[in-house]
Amino acid sequence: MSLLEIKNLHVRIEDKKILNGLTLTVEKGQVAAIMGPNGSGKSTLAYVLAGKEDYEVTEGDVLLDGESVLEMSPDERAAKGVFLAFQYPVEVPGVATMTFLRTALNAQRKARGQGELSTPEFMKLVRDTSGKLGITQEMLRRAVNVGFSGGEKKRNEILQMAVLQPRLAVLDETDSGLDIDALKIVADGVNRLRSPDRGMVVITHYQRLLNYIVPDVVHVLAKGRVVKTGGKELALELEAKGYAEYVGEAA
Amino acid sequence: MPAVQETVEQVRRIDVDQYKYGFETQIESEKAPKGLSEDIVRFISAKKSEPEWMLQWRLEAYRRWLTMREPTWARVNYPKIDYQDIYYYAAPKQFKAPNSLDEVDPEILRTYEKLGIPLKEQEILAGVRKQGEPSQLDDDEMTGGEARGRVAVDAVFDSVSVATTFKAELKKAGVIFMPISEAIREHPDLVKKYLGSVVPTSDNFFATLNSAVFSDGSFVYVPEGVRCPMELSTYFRINEKNTGQFERTLIIADKGAYVSYLEGCTAPMRDENQLHAAVVELVALDDAEIKYSTVQNWYPGDAEGRGGIFNFVTKRGDCRGARSKISWTQVETGSAITWKYPSCILRGDNSRGEFYSIAISNGYQQVDSGTKMLHLGKNTVSRIISKGIAAGKSQNTYRGLVSAHRKATGARNFTNCDSLLIGHDCGAHTVPYIEAKNSSAVFEHEATTSKISEDMLFYCRSRGMSAEEATALVVNGFVKDVLQQLPMEFAVEAQKLISISLEGSVG
Repeated sequence: MSLLEIKNLHVRIEDKKILNGLTLTVEKGQVAAIMGPNGSGKSTLAYVLAGKEDYEVTEGDVLLDGESVLEMSPDERAAKGVFLAFQYPVEVPGVATMTFLRTALNAQRKARGQGELSTPEFMKLVRDTSGKLGITQEMLRRAVNVGFSGGEKKRNEILQMAVLQPRLAVLDETDSGLDIDALKIVADGVNRLRSPDRGMVVITHYQRLLNYIVPDVVHVLAKGRVVKTGGKELALELEAKGYAEYVGEAA
Repeated sequence: MPAVQETVEQVRRIDVDQYKYGFETQIESEKAPKGLSEDIVRFISAKKSEPEWMLQWRLEAYRRWLTMREPTWARVNYPKIDYQDIYYYAAPKQFKAPNSLDEVDPEILRTYEKLGIPLKEQEILAGVRKQGEPSQLDDDEMTGGEARGRVAVDAVFDSVSVATTFKAELKKAGVIFMPISEAIREHPDLVKKYLGSVVPTSDNFFATLNSAVFSDGSFVYVPEGVRCPMELSTYFRINEKNTGQFERTLIIADKGAYVSYLEGCTAPMRDENQLHAAVVELVALDDAEIKYSTVQNWYPGDAEGRGGIFNFVTKRGDCRGARSKISWTQVETGSAITWKYPSCILRGDNSRGEFYSIAISNGYQQVDSGTKMLHLGKNTVSRIISKGIAAGKSQNTYRGLVSAHRKATGARNFTNCDSLLIGHDCGAHTVPYIEAKNSSAVFEHEATTSKISEDMLFYCRSRGMSAEEATALVVNGFVKDVLQQLPMEFAVEAQKLISISLEGSVG
């Protein structure tokens, strides 16, 4: 069974149709890149997978391990193993990053019928993962994303992903706003999380990120559906030629 | 942090009725006849075996009150209060000032147990354990047990104080902590000197009413150079129907003294409104410091806005001495109507006033609260941090005055008022008044109003938190600056209370 199966998905926000029969499969252990021009529905897809309410699914289905997630709340999906690394991580003033992580992890564990992690276990887990991402103890004490630089925000997203250990990770434009050093740190963090049990959907506008997170498969999204699928070399081709061809084709 | 989890659990357990203090204690009580007259004032004074001067003080206030009008400037709407339809005195029957706590009606003790007053004090109240003995309730989890056990409590039930703990130990340090009715008899000189010196009997409609009919409350005197060895606290409980509660608190910190005081309040759920009009006066002499914390959780009324306490309270501190400091911290979650402005008169040179407030309104609650910082002395400093949270159909107003007298050279104030809105049917309002009559005064004012954004909630929920957990987390973050001002053991309580108050306010 595929990890993620998106079948003929139609989505609109208010009166605007954004996804038009998107079909896509992600296998366990696979890293799937989704590329496409602005306005092709990439971020919408990310939000719909995570369960954001503003979007209305008018047709089609999304299955995780064969089970439809469309009726599930965002927290139920998270407990099932869906994780979205936000393009624009949200600030939560007054809430220490450490507190946020622990509340999130314990909420998921509880939903899965597991016990809460003890304080020493949790501290160890965070220390181990944060060190590799260059996240200092001081940063963990600061309020979530408040006053973080662009790079810090993205590293914080990857830290959350590493602590929460999702089955399906969706990375929405994780490269945006990063300089090359920050990009490498983030990509290394993502690569460490590649595993035979985990699938990843890497959404990006540029090919650059895919030099560091090398995908197994590349899907091109235009006008709300997948218009082409290929290997990692497809990304290079897009980089050279641009999206003009696909924008025209879908229209 | 685990408090967030605990909060959510607690909220779940509460189930149908959110207000867990809404029970009624079945005890017989003795009441004065309904209504207000000179005879009632005399009746109350006689019940308290007061000296003649106190009776005259009350009567003078009563006569003054007859000439006054209820204020209407606050942003609150409520049906007209019929002051003749209220009982002004109610005391548990069989009540005689208990020397031994065994004499206290077990029903009352059970009431305080249900209210969650720290268990060790319960033991003391019940006479199970002598003060100072180790408690059997100490377990590994309560490593802070020593500190927790050392909170002296005065419990006020309707119109009388039923128990005060740690009296003997405090006496050893020279600290006087007793019901004010007792202090009037035992320390008349101190009471005469300070009562009404911060909030005069003619101050305002509700304070004047209180002066005429106040029933009980706490009296604290910390002598020169003494640091009060423990937290002092008073728990107020209104139990009787149609009964007003008018407590009076007077705290004096003599030169160089320090005291931290906390009050908590609850009431049963009733369909009709009940009036609460308290007066609190604080006096800090040279180099003295008073820290006054309130966790106010009077019954707020039901989901349709029926019932609830009308809370009209006058609280004022006088930094009478040089370098004195008064700090108000309040967590306001209860009451149908709140009308309350804990203030500081910064009279002494280099004195300092602080006001930290979390005011939460949900359902049909109306809050009009804030502070006054009156800078009279030189180089006086004040700081105001106010966090208002409005949910449901509630209205939440911050009203504050910062003023510098002509002679208040170098006065400084910093004010920060933040409002958080949850949902679409509530309102937050900020009404700051600033008056500087001295050109060297520096006053800063910051204010923000924000909504708990859908984005913030979605972000938290996408990490696995339920809607309630996410809201609790965001709100706790919003009020963190103020929570940190509370004594440790109460900060956790307050955090739970905040989440309970907001239960049901999100989708």
